[in-house]
Amino acid sequence: MDYIIVLILQVLYSVASLALVCAGLAVVFGMMRVINLAHGEFIMLGGFTTVLSANAGVPLMIAILVIAPLAVGIAGYLIERLVVRHLYGRMVDTMLATWGLSLLLVGLATMVFGNQVAGVAAPFGSVTIGAYGVSLYDVFVIGITIAVLVASYFVLAHTNLGLIARGAMQNPEMASSLGASPARIYSVTFTAGAALSGLAGGILAPLSGVVPTMGAAFVAKAFITVITGGASILTGTITASGILGGISTLTTFAINPVIGDVALLLTAIILLRFLPYGITGRFFRGAN
Amino acid sequence: MKQSRRTFLKSTVAVGAASLAGPALIGTAHAADDTIKIANITDVSGGLDIYGQPQVACLELAVDEVNANGGVLGKQVELIKYDPQSNIQLYTQYATEAATREQVSAVFGGVTSASREAIRPLLRRYNTLYFYPTLYEGGVCDRNFFCNGSTPAQTIEVLMPFVMEKFSGKKVYVIAADYNYGWISAKWVKHYTEANGGEVLDTEYFPLDVTDFGATIKNIQAAKPDILFTLLVGGNHMSFFRQWASAGLAGKIPMASSDFGVGNEHIVLTPEESNGMVAAYAYMQELETTANTAFLERLRAKFGDDTPYVNELAVSAYNAFYHWVGGVERAGTTDRLAVIKALEDGTPFNGPGGRSVIDPRTHHAILDVHIGEVENNAFRVLESHSQRPPSDTAQFCDLLSNPNDNQQYVIGTKA
Repeated sequence: MDYIIVLILQVLYSVASLALVCAGLAVVFGMMRVINLAHGEFIMLGGFTTVLSANAGVPLMIAILVIAPLAVGIAGYLIERLVVRHLYGRMVDTMLATWGLSLLLVGLATMVFGNQVAGVAAPFGSVTIGAYGVSLYDVFVIGITIAVLVASYFVLAHTNLGLIARGAMQNPEMASSLGASPARIYSVTFTAGAALSGLAGGILAPLSGVVPTMGAAFVAKAFITVITGGASILTGTITASGILGGISTLTTFAINPVIGDVALLLTAIILLRFLPYGITGRFFRGAN
Repeated sequence: MKQSRRTFLKSTVAVGAASLAGPALIGTAHAADDTIKIANITDVSGGLDIYGQPQVACLELAVDEVNANGGVLGKQVELIKYDPQSNIQLYTQYATEAATREQVSAVFGGVTSASREAIRPLLRRYNTLYFYPTLYEGGVCDRNFFCNGSTPAQTIEVLMPFVMEKFSGKKVYVIAADYNYGWISAKWVKHYTEANGGEVLDTEYFPLDVTDFGATIKNIQAAKPDILFTLLVGGNHMSFFRQWASAGLAGKIPMASSDFGVGNEHIVLTPEESNGMVAAYAYMQELETTANTAFLERLRAKFGDDTPYVNELAVSAYNAFYHWVGGVERAGTTDRLAVIKALEDGTPFNGPGGRSVIDPRTHHAILDVHIGEVENNAFRVLESHSQRPPSDTAQFCDLLSNPNDNQQYVIGTKA
């Protein structure tokens, strides 16, 4: 019994952390059709922001939930203004530019912070379920992910900003002729995506070491998940994270982490073979 | 690679002639200069720089010391440093450059076993001596190659009975990095656990980019081992210890390792996350011997505030250089075969970690090994074992009777 509870918690945690890592990328890709290859480095910046602020005496929760998304959001805004906005509609060029950006950010972070692993200990302690110790921070990650998804849904479905954003996503010319400025919408979207990545980095900082090269460990999985999810930002992220995260965690439990990764990739390949536009390209069409 | 056709021709001719007329030609090529060149190929940037930087610092200190004392055979040693940036391709490129264009007398370096196996055959082909200053899984048998770090028989063989007695446990769970170091070392852990009447419940391997250890942590708890043996490598794998502690398991299951600490894990992790880890090395910075105190003072005098935390890897690089210097002095030449023969005479070098002797049969070092426990971001030395031979490699390898041997033996295979 205790094993089942622990297993369910672990699957939920894996799905939640995958969704969290994907959210920023999904927003930018879903809204703007921009593939941001520097996504992993945004996560890394969020991690460093959290660790540095926490070491400077800022309460950890404020560092994670406020400072990390704020700092990375500002960085994202500047990057959009300086680099990305010149390349809209040119997918290959944006990929190249953001890949270069990713190398630049890794290099800068190595110069500034060194290649030492930095980190903070996870707060909240642990509880015992039967024979197993479970980190309460894992439960916190599940909760915060649900909160982020609910908040995103609310913004997209129930605010003017969300309405305009969805409109611009479906038909930028029409939105533009109705008086919404696509340039501004893109700028806000990219900033929001960067802030979400920063938040993910902040939340993951206490669980995994923060190193300049950490982005590489996340970016591939995030991409596969977002592509598998398809065009709808929220529904796509949730369903793809649920399927891929669930399958990979269960195989990791049953066999080992290498086969877990293989299972994730295999599932993604099979899904994309039959659903080339992603899960939400076929099911839940028109959902957010 | 920057290399003109002419230098390429020259080096090819030199190598070709050397292989015809014996390597003496390479020696005479050096005699024309008033310096002796050696090369260091070690990652000081990229993911592995945490291992490489202290190694290079200690090698530089050793070169400085020897040059200040008049050099080798009356000549100054010129150290050519290459940074392969944690990229295996650059290893082969730089090794080729060092051996052909620069015609160095010896190459030092290599961090991971993968990088070592990339350049070892190449340097053997170019008749260039190769010193590998990193602890590894053991078994390499090659007369052109010298390993100055420890191997599992030297560390795990004493560590396993020590922790099994200390924690009065027989059941061991192994988690390891998913490449040749982790796989082969895990086999040795199993071997020595069973040799001491214990059993390995399970072994899990993790690619170097894994950061989520949740499932494994639950599996370990389900298996209820008495001892957890870790062979994890690199920054991402440090997440394991964080997640282990945050699940409330720190101190619940005792841990041992033969590589925890050489990546500064015990400094980066908090005391709550790392206290109690038991590891065995041929050197720990915390050793309180006069040789070590003097060594650390010299290192601090050279690097000041930038002095790195020194571990076995770094001191092996220091020892490796002094062994080479001794070999060249005793041979009276930098000629490769003469130096190899001189190094095979068993002359000891007393390094910061204790006496180091090159075993002529295996070309691995006989070393003093120290067992320590992590306590508040440092190792507390618990006991020392004098002059441990590389008996794992020696099971298969005898370069005195079979000097042309050239392979890496793995436990479980027949010699």
